[in-house]
Amino acid sequence: MLADKDRIFTNLYGFQPWGVEHAMKRGDWADTKSLMAVGQDAIIQQVKDSGLRGRGGAGFSTGLKWSFMPKEPKDGRPSFLVVNADESEPGSCKDREIIRNDPHKLIEGALIAGYAMRARAAYIYIRGEYIREAEVLFAAVEEAYAKGFIGKNACGSGYDFDVFVHRGGGAYICGEETAMIESLEGKKGQPRLKPPFPAGVGLYGCPTTVNNVESIAVVPTILRRGPDWFAGIGRPNNQGTKLFQISGHVNKPCVVEEAMSLPFRELIDVHCGGIRGGWDNLLAVIPGGSSVPLVPAHEIIDAPMDFDGLRELKSGLGTAAVIVMDKSTDIIRAIARISYFYKHESCGQCTPCREGTGWMWRVMERLASGDAEPHEIDMLLEVTTQVEGHTICALGDAAAWPIQGLIRHFRPEIEARIAKRRGFVSVPEIAQAAE
Amino acid sequence: MPKVTVDGVEIEVPAGATVMQACEAAGKEIPRFCYHERLSIAGNCRMCLVQVSPGPPKPQASCALPAAEGQNILTDSPMVKKAREGVMEFLLINHPLDCPICDQGGECDLQDQAMAYGRGNSRFEENKRAVTEKHMGPLIKTVMTRCIQCTRCVRFAEEVAGVEEIGALYRGENMQITSYLEQAVTSEMSGNVIDLCPVGALTAKPTAFHARPWELKRTDSIDVMDAVGANITVHSRSGAVVRVTPRLNEDVNEEWISDTARFGCDGLQERRLDRPWVRVNGELKPATWAQAFAAVKAAVSGVAGDKIAAISGNLSAVEELVAAKDLLTGLGATRLESRTDGAAYAGPAAHWRFNSTLAGLETADLILLVGADPRLDAPLVNSRIRKAVRRGGATVLRIGGGSDPSYPVTDLGDDLGLLAKLPKDVAGKLKSAQRPALIVGSRNASADVLAAAHGLADVLVKDGWNGFNILHDSAARVGAMTVGWAGEGVDALAAAAPSVLFLLGVDELALAPFGGATKIYIGSHGDRGAAVADIILPGAAWAEKPGTWVNLEGRVQRSLRATFPPGDAREDWTIFRALADVLGITLGYDNLDQLRTRIAGEWPELGREGLEPAVWEAATLTGKPAGATRARATDFYSSNPILRASPTMRTCVAEILEGRAPAILEAAE
Amino acid sequence: MSDYSDFKWTDANVAEAERIIGRYPKGREASAIMPLLWLAQYQMRDMTGVAWLPLPVIEFVAAQIGMPKIRALEVATFYTMYNLQPVGRFHVQVCGTTPCMLRGSDDILRACADKGLKKGEVTNDGLFTLTEVECLGVCANAPMVQVNDDNYEDLTYESMTAILEDLIAGRTPKPGSQIGRQTSCPEGGPTTLKEIA
Repeated sequence: MLADKDRIFTNLYGFQPWGVEHAMKRGDWADTKSLMAVGQDAIIQQVKDSGLRGRGGAGFSTGLKWSFMPKEPKDGRPSFLVVNADESEPGSCKDREIIRNDPHKLIEGALIAGYAMRARAAYIYIRGEYIREAEVLFAAVEEAYAKGFIGKNACGSGYDFDVFVHRGGGAYICGEETAMIESLEGKKGQPRLKPPFPAGVGLYGCPTTVNNVESIAVVPTILRRGPDWFAGIGRPNNQGTKLFQISGHVNKPCVVEEAMSLPFRELIDVHCGGIRGGWDNLLAVIPGGSSVPLVPAHEIIDAPMDFDGLRELKSGLGTAAVIVMDKSTDIIRAIARISYFYKHESCGQCTPCREGTGWMWRVMERLASGDAEPHEIDMLLEVTTQVEGHTICALGDAAAWPIQGLIRHFRPEIEARIAKRRGFVSVPEIAQAAE
Repeated sequence: MPKVTVDGVEIEVPAGATVMQACEAAGKEIPRFCYHERLSIAGNCRMCLVQVSPGPPKPQASCALPAAEGQNILTDSPMVKKAREGVMEFLLINHPLDCPICDQGGECDLQDQAMAYGRGNSRFEENKRAVTEKHMGPLIKTVMTRCIQCTRCVRFAEEVAGVEEIGALYRGENMQITSYLEQAVTSEMSGNVIDLCPVGALTAKPTAFHARPWELKRTDSIDVMDAVGANITVHSRSGAVVRVTPRLNEDVNEEWISDTARFGCDGLQERRLDRPWVRVNGELKPATWAQAFAAVKAAVSGVAGDKIAAISGNLSAVEELVAAKDLLTGLGATRLESRTDGAAYAGPAAHWRFNSTLAGLETADLILLVGADPRLDAPLVNSRIRKAVRRGGATVLRIGGGSDPSYPVTDLGDDLGLLAKLPKDVAGKLKSAQRPALIVGSRNASADVLAAAHGLADVLVKDGWNGFNILHDSAARVGAMTVGWAGEGVDALAAAAPSVLFLLGVDELALAPFGGATKIYIGSHGDRGAAVADIILPGAAWAEKPGTWVNLEGRVQRSLRATFPPGDAREDWTIFRALADVLGITLGYDNLDQLRTRIAGEWPELGREGLEPAVWEAATLTGKPAGATRARATDFYSSNPILRASPTMRTCVAEILEGRAPAILEAAE
Repeated sequence: MSDYSDFKWTDANVAEAERIIGRYPKGREASAIMPLLWLAQYQMRDMTGVAWLPLPVIEFVAAQIGMPKIRALEVATFYTMYNLQPVGRFHVQVCGTTPCMLRGSDDILRACADKGLKKGEVTNDGLFTLTEVECLGVCANAPMVQVNDDNYEDLTYESMTAILEDLIAGRTPKPGSQIGRQTSCPEGGPTTLKEIA
C-alpha cells in the first residue's frame, strides 16, 4: 500500500479548497521556474526515467511520446499540447477529481510539459458533461494567469505559454486523440487517418501531443521528488502511483491513489470495504474501463493491478477504472449495456464500426433475453473479429473486446439462457404472451 | 522511388505513392468505395484493406498508407480476404434489397464488388435501417436508405464544386447525408455526385426509371453547352438521347461535366424544327425542302455578293461553317461573322484562345478576371481556378464582378478602365507573379479592352507560359474564328444593311437591326432566330451529326452521331451541299470525308484531334476601355435554344434560381 | 421572437463570444463553434427557460465565424449535448451505462417514471425532459443523474423521488452525494491522508 508521503493528489477528495493559495500550500507552483530551468531535454529525460506510462489507457511511455515533438519549429509552425480531459470511458472518473479538487497540478503540469515539448499553448479539452468541473478549471486557469504562472514569461521562466480550456459537447469518441484534434478545430469528432501522426501534423496542422490529465498532472511532482522516487513505486515497467476508480459491487466505491501493481484483493479490502457479500460473491471484474475484456473472479483476485499483470489475464489496466460485479449481476445484460454504449458513441465514419456496433448490440440484447439461436454466439464472436482491427481508431476494438471477454468466460450462461427461453417456457408465460 | 513487393512481385513506385497505387501498378485490383482519385482521402469504407509488413498485425487501408521502401504487401492473403468479406457484409446488412427497382443497377459498385468479394449469404437477422429521403433539388434523386456513407458527395461539394452545402449529419449508424435543410444544391456541376455515388443513393432525377444502362447505346461525343468541350458519352435509346455522362480527359474536363451538359439533353426532343418553313404574307407556313430551297434561290437571285451576309451561332460545328462559307463564297458573299457577343478579337489564333490551357490554369499563381464569370460561363474552368487557389495558393482578382466564384476573390471594381490603369499593388503583383493569367470574358472583349489586355502581354507571356486568355462561352466560336468567320463585327454588318442574311443557329443576337434583310435560318430549335426568320431550313442538333469542335483552348475534338435529326431535318452541311446544287454552285465534296479533306487542306490543324498551341504574336492595339462590363445575357440554365427547350433546365430555373418550392412545382404538373 | 431568426447575443455575451474566439489562432475561428453553441444554448435557457438551439440560432453562430451552415449543423448534430429540440426546464439525464446500472440505475429510471417522466419526452407542464444518457464519468458515485448543470450522486429510488419532488415544489435540491459522502471518498471517511481530511 502506498504511504501517504508518496501520494501526489493530496486534495483528491476536496477536503481543502481547490484555489491557488491552497494549492500553493500543498506544494504546487513551488519554484516552478527552477523545474523548468534544467532545460527541455532534461525534463523529457526525467519523465522517461520515471517510467511514467500514459494514464489515458494505452500506456505508452509519456517521455518517449514527448520526444517525438520537433526540437525546432518547422516552417514557422508552432507546437501544441492538448490535454485530454474528455474522460468518458465507462468506469472512469479520476480526471474529474483532479480537475475539480486539484486543478493547479494539471495547469502546472501543462506548463512544464508544454515547455518540454516546446509548445506555444495547451488546450485542455474537457468533456461537456463536466459542467461544474469546467467552471473550476476556467477559474483556476484565470488564477494562474493572474499569478503570472502562465501567459507571458510563465513563472518568470522567460517562456511564454498559454493555457486554454475547451469544452466538448457529448461525444466519447473525442477522447481519441485525433478525434479530439478534429473537434478542437471545430469539426465533428471523427478520428483521422494515421499517418501522419499528431506529433508531425496535429492541431491546425502543427506538431501536437495529446496527453491524459493524470499523465500531465503528476509531472510536477515527479520532477520535484525525482524520477527515481516515482520509478521506485510498483513493478518494473509498471511504475508510479495511479488513481484507481472502483465502481460497482463493492461496499464502498471510491477513487483512490495507490501504488501500481497493488494486488486486486488489497485494493478492494483496504479502500472499498471489500466485495459486496464477501469475496465468494465476486463474479467478475472489468479492470480498466468498459473497453477491456472482463476477468472472472478467480483469475483476478490476486492479480497485480498494472499494465502487465492485467495483460496476462487477456485484459488491460486501461484507465484503472475497476468495475466490480458480484454474483447478482446479469452479466450478459451488463455487457449488452456496454455494447449499447459503443453503438451510441460510434462516430459513424468507418463501415465496420458504424454497422457492426449496432449489429453486435442488437444480438447482445437478444442474448440477454435469450431470444436467440445457439449458433448466433459464434456468429457474434466472428462479427466482433470483423470489427476489431478493421477501423481507423480503436473504438471498434473497444466495442469488440467486452463481447469477446463475455463469450470467452461466460458462454455456458449465454447458452443456458437461450435454452431456457426456447425449452422451458412456463404456462403462465405463454398466457402472458398471448395477451 | 521506394521498392515494394506486392504478392511476391517486386515493383518500384513513385515517391509519394500510396500502397493502393502500388498494388494497381502491380496489376492488382483493390476494391474501394470511399476512395476517389480526385477527392481527398477519407479512408472510411475500409474496403481497400490489405496486409502490409512491417506494420501492425492487422490489415491496413491501402488508400491512405504511403508506400515505403521494403514493404511486403499482400492483397490476396486469408487476412485480406476475411477483411473484405467482413466489410462487404457490414455494407450490405443495412443496404436495402431493392436492386430490381434501383436505377444504379448494372453500374453499381456495391453490386459489382459484392459479387467479387462478398460472402453470398446473409447472417443478419435484425431489421434493416431505413433512412428518410432527402430532397436535393431538381437534378439529384435520393434514396438515402441505400447510402453507404462513403462521403464522396460531401467531399466533392466541398473540394471540387466549392459549395459547402452537403454534409453528414448525426453520428454512428444514424449518420445521414443531406444538403442543408434539404435545399437544392446550388452548384453548376452538382450532377457529378451521381457518378461519384458508388451506390444508388444519388441518381439522376430527370431520367429516373427511364432505362437500364445495358439497354443504352453509347456514343462518344463532345459537350457544346459551353466552350470547354467536355468529353462526354451520349446514351441513347430508340433514337432519343436519354442521358449524358462524362468521359475522362485529363486535359479538358478531367471526369466532370457541368449540369447543363448532363441534363440539358432532354431539350433535344422539344421545340424541334422538323420541316422547312417559309414565311408567306408575314406568316410562317410549312414547306417542302424543294419549296424552301426555291424560296432561298428567289431571295438571293440578283442580289450582289456584298449584300449577302451570314452570321453563325454558338452551336455550329466546323463542317457546316466551312460548307456554308464555301456556298457563300460561291455567291460572292464575304461578310461572315461569328462574334455575336460583340467581341472584337481577330488576327492570330493566340489572340482569341485560352492560351494558358485548362490544365495549365491550375498552375497559375495570379489570375485576373475581366468581365468574365467563369462559374456560369464555364464551370469547369472555374473548378480549375479553384484548384489553383486551393492547391497552389493562387490569388484571384476581378474586374466587373460576377457570381460568388466559390474561392476568395478580390473585386477591383466594375470599371473596365481599371484594366488600362491597374492599381499599383495589382500591377506589382502581376509583374512579380511567376505565372499570371488574364482571363477576359468574350462578351467584354471589345477593341478597347483588348487594347488594354495586349498592353499587359509583356508580363503575361513568357518562356513556357502564356497567360493571355479569352473565356468563351460559345462552343462554336474558336472553330468559327479558325475558319474565318470574323469580319467587321455585327454592328458594322447591320449598318451595311444586307438584303439576305443567312443565320446558322443564331439565337443569342437581337436581329431587329437586320429588319430589312430576308433571313434564312438554319438550325434545330424553334427559338429566337426561327421566330423572325423568313425561311427556315431544319438542321441537326449536336448529338445528331458527326462534328468537329474546337474548344476555347483551340483543341480540336470530334463528336460522333448518336441519333438522327427528327422528321425532315438534315445534317447541316448537307443542307448547304444540297442548296449549292439548287443555286448552281459546285462545292467539290459529296460526303463527310471529302468535306473533311477539304477542311484539312486549308486548315491542317483541323484535320487532326488535339491541341496545337498558338504562337504568340505581339500586337499594339489602340483604344482605351471605359465603363461597366457587360453581364451575361442569360442565366446559367438558359444559354442556348436546347437548354431553353429543356424541361429539366426549366425546373432548375424555377427551383434553384427563382426559389419556387418543389412541392408547388409538382402540384402544378 | 417566434422562430428566433432575430437571435442576437446579449451585451454580455457579445464580449464573451469575442473572448471565446480569441482563444483560437487567427484564421482558426471555426474552433469556436462548440463554445459558441454552448453560449447560445445557455443564452436561450436564460431568455426562454429552455436550453436548446433552434436552427436560426445555429446559423447565427455559424455566420459569426464564417462557417458554412451545413458544417455548423454537422457539429450541432454530432454532439449529443446540443439540444436541437426544446427540452423541459429541468433536463433530467439519468446515466444508464453499466457502472450505474450495476448500482441501480433501473431504480432511478423507475423513480422518474413514477413521477410521470417518459424517456425522450417533455412532461406536459414543461418541467422535465427525461433522457437516459451514457456514462457521465461519475462511476464511483453511481447511480447518478445530471439535472441541468448539477449532478446528484449515490442515488436511491427514494432520494431520486425526493429530488424530483423538490424540483416540482420549486426547491433546489443539494447537488452531489445524496448519502453525505465527501466527493468520491469512500463512504464513512478516507482510507488515505486521514490527517488532511
